[in-house]
This record gives sequence, C-alpha cells and structure tokens, in this order.
Amino acid sequence: MTVPAGSIPVVEFRGIEKVYGDGDYAVRALDGVDLAIHPGEFTSIMGASGSGKSTAMNVIGCLDVPTAGSYRFRGVEVGVLTQDQRALLRRHFMGFVFQGFNLLARTTALENVELPLVYRRVPARERRRRALDALGQVGLSDRATHTSAEMSGGQKQRVAIARAIVTRPSLLLADEPTGNLDSKRSVEIMELLTSLNRERGITVVMVTHEPDMAEYGSRTILFRDGKIVSEGVAA
Amino acid sequence: MIWLTLSMALREIRRNAMRSFLTMLGIVIGVGAVITMVTIGNGASAQVRKEVSSLGEDLIMIRPGADRGPGGVREAAKSFESDDVHAIRSEVPGLIAVTGSASRSATIVYGNANWSSTVTGCDMDYLTVSGHTVAQGRTFLPTELVSATPVCIIGTTVQKELFGVDDPLGLRIRVGTVSCQVVGVLAEKGESSMGQDKDDTILMPLATFQRRLAGSTDISSIQLKVAKNQSVNVVQSQVEALLAERRRILPGKPNDFSVRNVQEIASAMSSVTTTLTGLLGGIAGVSLLVGGIGIMNIMLVSVTERTREIGTRLAIGALGSEVLLQFLVEAIMLSVLGGIIGIVTGLGASYLVTSMMAMPFVVSAEIVLGAFAFSMVVGIAFGYLPARQAARLNPIEALRHE
Repeated sequence: MTVPAGSIPVVEFRGIEKVYGDGDYAVRALDGVDLAIHPGEFTSIMGASGSGKSTAMNVIGCLDVPTAGSYRFRGVEVGVLTQDQRALLRRHFMGFVFQGFNLLARTTALENVELPLVYRRVPARERRRRALDALGQVGLSDRATHTSAEMSGGQKQRVAIARAIVTRPSLLLADEPTGNLDSKRSVEIMELLTSLNRERGITVVMVTHEPDMAEYGSRTILFRDGKIVSEGVAA
Repeated sequence: MIWLTLSMALREIRRNAMRSFLTMLGIVIGVGAVITMVTIGNGASAQVRKEVSSLGEDLIMIRPGADRGPGGVREAAKSFESDDVHAIRSEVPGLIAVTGSASRSATIVYGNANWSSTVTGCDMDYLTVSGHTVAQGRTFLPTELVSATPVCIIGTTVQKELFGVDDPLGLRIRVGTVSCQVVGVLAEKGESSMGQDKDDTILMPLATFQRRLAGSTDISSIQLKVAKNQSVNVVQSQVEALLAERRRILPGKPNDFSVRNVQEIASAMSSVTTTLTGLLGGIAGVSLLVGGIGIMNIMLVSVTERTREIGTRLAIGALGSEVLLQFLVEAIMLSVLGGIIGIVTGLGASYLVTSMMAMPFVVSAEIVLGAFAFSMVVGIAFGYLPARQAARLNPIEALRHE
C-alpha cells in the first residue's frame, strides 16, 4: 500500500523509549522505536509477551507517556500534553476495543454504545440515533436493549466495537480483540474490523499474538525486546 | 451534564438496589432519630408551656427557701404562717384569690382498700387558683374551715382506688390518723406533662390539716391570682417586699423565699425539656456520623469493584474530574435519599408518639432542613475520599484489574 505524499501520519513515533523502574532494575519496554501509521491503514502489531507490543499500544492510545522520543498524533506532539488533554484526545479521536470487552455490567448494549457520546456532551436524542446506527453497523440492531449478561462473547465484542466507532474516531485501537473468542467468532470479528477499515476508512491498530488474525491487516509489525524487528506489508 | 451525572448515579444506585438501601439505612436511622427526638422534645416543651399557662398567666406562687433556678437545691427555710396569708390579702391590692396551703403524703384507708396519696390542707380559694372544680357533692363550708371539721374532697383516682364504682359521698375514710367524711369529688383533670396524676389528690380544710394531721401551723405554699387589670410584675414585687419585711430580711440580703409567676415556671420547665431534647438530638447525630462512615465504606468497595469500569471510562476519554464527580454525586445521592427517607420516617414516628401521648405535634422547619443539609454534607464529606481514589486510578492498571 502506498502512502500519498504529504499526508500527515495518524501516529508518528521517533526514537520512542519507555523505561520502567530505574538503575539496575530498569526495564526498557520500548527501546528506540520509529513508526508511522497513515490514515486508512490496518496495522497488526505482533510479538511475544514482554516484547513491548502492549506498551507501544498504550503509548499510541495516550494511556501511557514515553520516557524519551517524540510521539505525534495527527501532527500534535503528545509529550507536552497534560493528562486531561490526553483524555480529550482519546475522547475525540480514538476508539478502544479490549480483549475482555469491558462493557458496563447490568447496562444495555445501547447504553454502552452511548457512553462515549455522553462524555462528548451529545444531546440525548442524537446520542440514541447514532448509537443505534453504530449497533446497526456491527449487525446488532435487534440486541439494543439486551444487557451484556444476555449476550454471547462475539456479540459483546461487537457491542464494544460499536462503542469504539460510534464517535467516528480517527484511530481504532484493538487490544487482542479475539483473545476471548472461539475461532468462528474470531473470524467474524476480524471480518467486521476489516470491513470497517476498507469501507469506512477507519484506521485500525490491532495487537495480537495470533498470526492468523494478524494477516487480516494491511501491514504487520513484529516487536522483540522493545524494538521493531520486522515489518511486512500484506500482499 | 449535571442531569446526566444525576441519572447515571441513580442508575448505579438502582443497579445495586439492595446494597444501596442498606448503605442508606445508616443515614435513614440517623436522620430519623434526630427528627424524632427533636420533634417529640419540641412537643413536650410546647405541652409544658401550654399546660402551665392554662393555669393562668396571672398566677403567682410563693414558696419558702431561696430559689436557685432549675436543678438548684432549695435551702431549708422557715415556713409561712396564716398571718402571712392574711397580710398579703389585706395589704396587696388587685388580687382575686389568695390561698395558703400545706401538703404531705398520707395513706388513705377505706374498708380493706388503702391507697397512698397527697393530702393538701387549703381553703376554697385553692380551687380557684389550682383550676380544680367539684364535680359531685359540695365544697367546704365556712364553718368547717374555721372549726377544723374532719371532712375531705377526693380526686377521681383516689375515688377509683378506694370505692371503685360506688358513690363515696357521706362515707368516712381514714386519712393518715384522721377519720374524715367525704363531702365532694373533684372533676377529672388527667395527667400533667411531667406524668403527674392530678387526680391523685385529697383536699381538706387547712385548719383540719394543721391541727389533726400535721400538728403544726406551717403553711408551705402561698398562691395568688392577680386581677385581670393588674400587672403581674407589680403585684409580684409588692408581695416580695411585704414578705421580706415580715420575715425580717435585711436590705441587700437574698430572700429566704421565692416568688415566681407561671410564665417563669413554664420557661424553667421547658428549658429542662429543651436541654434534654438537645442532648438526645446530639446522641442521634452521632448515628448520622456512623451512617456517613457506612457510605464511605461502601463507596470504597464500589470503587474497587468497578475498577475495570473506571479504566474503561478513562480510556474512552473521561476526565479524572468527571469520574470524581460521578462517584461523589453517587455518594451524595445515597445520603440525600437516605436523608429524605429518614425525614419522612422520623416525622411519621414522632407523629405517632406525640398523638399517642396526646402531645402537640410541632414540626420544626429548621431541624428538617438542617437534617437534610447535614445528610448532604455527610455525602460530600464521606464520598470525597472514595471518589478521589477512583479519579486517580491509572487507566492501564485499572483496565488490567480482574
């Protein structure tokens, strides 16, 4: 996939380092990572546990700050932002999908999907319309009033994806989205993510340890010992 | 956003209805207890005032012994004599009734029945002053008052205890060592606010009491009723001056007797109930504090339980301050809901108690508003710590929390 010249990357790492602890016990989770993710890409991040892939994901998602190096999100230097400013960045430009779904307990699918819009101060009627629309896009229009206890794992993850895309984010971050699902549901979720990426142009970054899942992406990055060791572009 | 935060908190409370109710219970009991105590106390105060005032605001009571105020010890002092009563009657203008009386407790016997009651030696002005009326029979005759005839008028309690349903008029009973004839029965007056049975009494002519029962000419109490157009305070100071002179109190020395009007007595008595009310209300207030600690405890548990949820909210883009507000509003809502339920149950309970004890039901708006405000403050004070803890969670760790 070729990147149009002059387009600003969504994510741009330059010499990113993340060190936990200090002195002899210091752990270099990220050790000088350079990375650029452009709009419309579907990037799979792979690596063994402890390779730094999760830390990279947290830094991309502005949940964590790098120890050194420069991270620009849509051209904005994240390193100088306060915690609240980073939260606002997430609120307005990012959507998150987690391995454990993280839906609110005893809350309907519709209310779960509405949650990010609540923090965006979207009026109730508009909120409801957009949440129903997002549920429609993940094929769960008929489950709007079901609580998470009344849904299967695959359905819960679809609700989580609806929650992540309801704000029309610039970047969708998926952390092992199929980790808790059987292979059939995994394929369905991956197909959903792929179609959202292709048809709606949503930029996706996904962390996974399953090569099968990584193949759905347009590009795969492999982490080892805090460094990117290989980068392959899907055929 | 405020509205949304409120509805979010309400949903959270409903999601855990049983636990929320138990959490609120501490506040419900605390507020309920404060409201009940204070309302009943106010009712008692009001009743004391009403009752003492019903004797008439124009009453003056004189007793031997210096007055030390409520709770003070009354020093032993010389009793009054009949001459003191005569002197007041002839020298102080503007009095409708002047009565000197003496009383003591005695055992009253009729047939096999006996009963212990208070015997008061008095004249007929005593009825005017004390508000008693004779329901059956007659009052004392002037000759009986002078010649110390053994006759008596009994209250309805004494009547019931000795005679049951029989007619006591004309029968002879033994009062202490004196055999005397029942000539009248007083009309029923019921209980005083202090729980004293006003019908448990026997009246006999003062002379009879002094000569046959007490064996002395002492008078332990003088009561005056002031005429409508007279100032109670003026009469009071005149009586004070007269008695001081008669009892040879040197100028500048404290009196060895007390002259008080009904207003003063009423306020002294209600100040006792007010103090008690404050004390009980304070004790009840402590339970409000305990209720607040209960809220803090549950909110801390809730923050721990919902760590992943908080992590999710933070990842979605909630600010720390928004998470803080959410938990704070939840705590405040719990305590305020508890406060409202407490106010309602407290008012209900005190209404029941006051109506059972035939007391006036006095709702004090200040105490209701105060209890409400206090429960809100409890919510803020005890909800803040857990809320801050939630707001300070690290989103990465919160998301990883199992």
